[in-house]
Amino acid sequence: MKVALFVPCYVDQFYPQVGIASLQLLEKLGVRAEFPAAQTCCGQPLANSGCERDALPIYRHYVDTFAAYDYVVAPSGSCVYHVRKHFDKLEQTSDVQHVRTSAYDLIDFIYNVLGVKEIPGSFPHRVGLHLSCHGQRGLHQANESEMTPVRDGQLRQLLGSLEGIELTHLDRNDECCGFGGTFCVSEAAISARMGQDRVADHLRNGTSVLTGGDMSCLMHLEGIVRRGKLPMRVMHAAEILNGTIS
Amino acid sequence: MNHATRAAKFIGDADRTTWHDETLWFVRTKRDKAVYAVPEFQDLRELASQIKNHTLSKLDFYLEQFEEQAKRNGVHVHWAADADEHNAIILDIIRQHNATRIVKSKSMLTEECHLNPHLIANGIEVVDTDLGERIIQLRDEAPSHLVLPAIHLKKEDVGETFFQHLGTAKGEVDPQVLTEAARQHLRARFLAAEVAISGVNFAVAETGGIVICTNEGNADLGVNLAHVHIAAMGIEKLIPRLSDLSVFTRLLARSATGQPVTTYTSHYTKPAADKEMHIVIVDNGRTKQLGRPDFRASLKCIRCGACMNTCPVYRRSGGHSYDATVPGPIGSILSPNIDMKKHSSLPFASTLCGSCSDVCPVKIDIHTQLYKWRQVLAEANEIPASKKWSMKLMGRFLTSPRALGIGGKLARHGIKFLPYSLTHARHFNVWAVARELPEPPKQSFHEWYKQQQVK
Repeated sequence: MKVALFVPCYVDQFYPQVGIASLQLLEKLGVRAEFPAAQTCCGQPLANSGCERDALPIYRHYVDTFAAYDYVVAPSGSCVYHVRKHFDKLEQTSDVQHVRTSAYDLIDFIYNVLGVKEIPGSFPHRVGLHLSCHGQRGLHQANESEMTPVRDGQLRQLLGSLEGIELTHLDRNDECCGFGGTFCVSEAAISARMGQDRVADHLRNGTSVLTGGDMSCLMHLEGIVRRGKLPMRVMHAAEILNGTIS
Repeated sequence: MNHATRAAKFIGDADRTTWHDETLWFVRTKRDKAVYAVPEFQDLRELASQIKNHTLSKLDFYLEQFEEQAKRNGVHVHWAADADEHNAIILDIIRQHNATRIVKSKSMLTEECHLNPHLIANGIEVVDTDLGERIIQLRDEAPSHLVLPAIHLKKEDVGETFFQHLGTAKGEVDPQVLTEAARQHLRARFLAAEVAISGVNFAVAETGGIVICTNEGNADLGVNLAHVHIAAMGIEKLIPRLSDLSVFTRLLARSATGQPVTTYTSHYTKPAADKEMHIVIVDNGRTKQLGRPDFRASLKCIRCGACMNTCPVYRRSGGHSYDATVPGPIGSILSPNIDMKKHSSLPFASTLCGSCSDVCPVKIDIHTQLYKWRQVLAEANEIPASKKWSMKLMGRFLTSPRALGIGGKLARHGIKFLPYSLTHARHFNVWAVARELPEPPKQSFHEWYKQQQVK
């Protein structure tokens, strides 16, 4: 199995520890992932701004970089969702079709491809799980409150298997954090307020470590936590899971 | 002014924003409870979606069938290509009866066509009889929600409005007292009305009948008291058979307010003896939308408002921030079809979280259509030039790992070494309005990985 790690552009620059944790976690689970150095971005920031046409060269670059791998794994459901859903704009060559189906969010890959449903280790903290919309609603990694009262999902199960962990019961289990890519600056007031409300829900219900599968949402929420000097640590789930396995 | 500017104004009142958000979230929660209690709810959504898809694919057939049946029932059927024709037809009917006093029950279509100002300008008194509609009519405001038109107002606001217009005591905020005042005020209008105008929730092609769903019964009171009933409907209101109706009535009220069914589900098929019934069938841009394959499905909408209640942006920006007849997510995919320039910021008033699509009882892919409208708007140069050019530049930049590496390094060093007051200056770094920038690491992942390979 030839696996590539795709590290989203902002993670590469600002959260290298998340890329490192992803790589190490995969290795501990028996997968040696490669990191093709030519990789850049999935093109989502442009496409979500309406400039899909300008993103096409980025899409093609992504396809060229990753076509030779069986799986491309990224610690970000949003980028994966973009590749799977919106690379339909490219001519559907066999390479394009392949990269669209071989793109996996890290947690999805661990849960469904590797079949790992439990992680040995302990993490004795009050952990609040932020469900990122593109992973949850786009890739169906967790139940949606619009459909069912059952709060379940891949990450909840993996985290729940850790010893000593306590998962926060939020008032609103899956409300969007308001990051939304360029939305966070083009609609800054609403974006900020949404993030503040999300953080307040966690604070009110006792979260001491805020986590999730998508660093972009977490970057936004972390910015709010740090601005408010709030007693909460923000970590990508890969960091937690990687840290618990020796 | 764009959505962001109007939203920022709304959100400036933090307490009111909290109240607005929580009020609508409460409605969403009520909806959830009602939905969870119906095990086949997701099947119903699928069925409703398919019925609507089918109907839209044969709309010409069903429209003609509907017209034929309605005429057979003794109903006058009129066709209006646009808002002006719609308004002219209705004014004409009113004039034929020398009527001047009109009651209207809630109809978003007449709102869309700006019927009220047209009638008033022609000397006709028109009174909205839905309580929420009446409140905003007295205040000369537009509805801020599809089914809760005055949801932006608190009871104190209503008390003040009724004090000014209906003579209730100054400072009266008891909902019971205010509602009673509205009842008495409206009762007089109902009794005096010569013509009643209503909207239409569903039009049944095989019977030629229309169905109106309300909670207040105001449509029924108006229609049954007045001599003439005019029902205005968009061409998308059709369903093929009467047996299809229950699929929609089961979905509509649950999605809208969490009720199993609306208090009144009234069928109007033919005029009562000595009375007249008219149906005005309106296009007003709908066939244009039908001709856009990416956006066609927006015409499946049954106007439940669930996408508004669930939308985290709508809840925090208020219906008026959309400056459109239909606000919220569904409005943001309908409005650009009507006026692309005016509504160009609406498809961007979303994080594309997708909750609207998941909550929609007829499975409209709302968030995907928002994404697609963005593409259409950018191609039509209806996005800010600065955005367009920066995206072009970014496109070049993001195909080169080398350029990305250098740029990223510059950014990291910038954050690290430039003074905080500069990197977090709110004038040119909007991110910093409420958020700290990430703490810049020494190395990028690229750099770390390269170092590992060397070891």
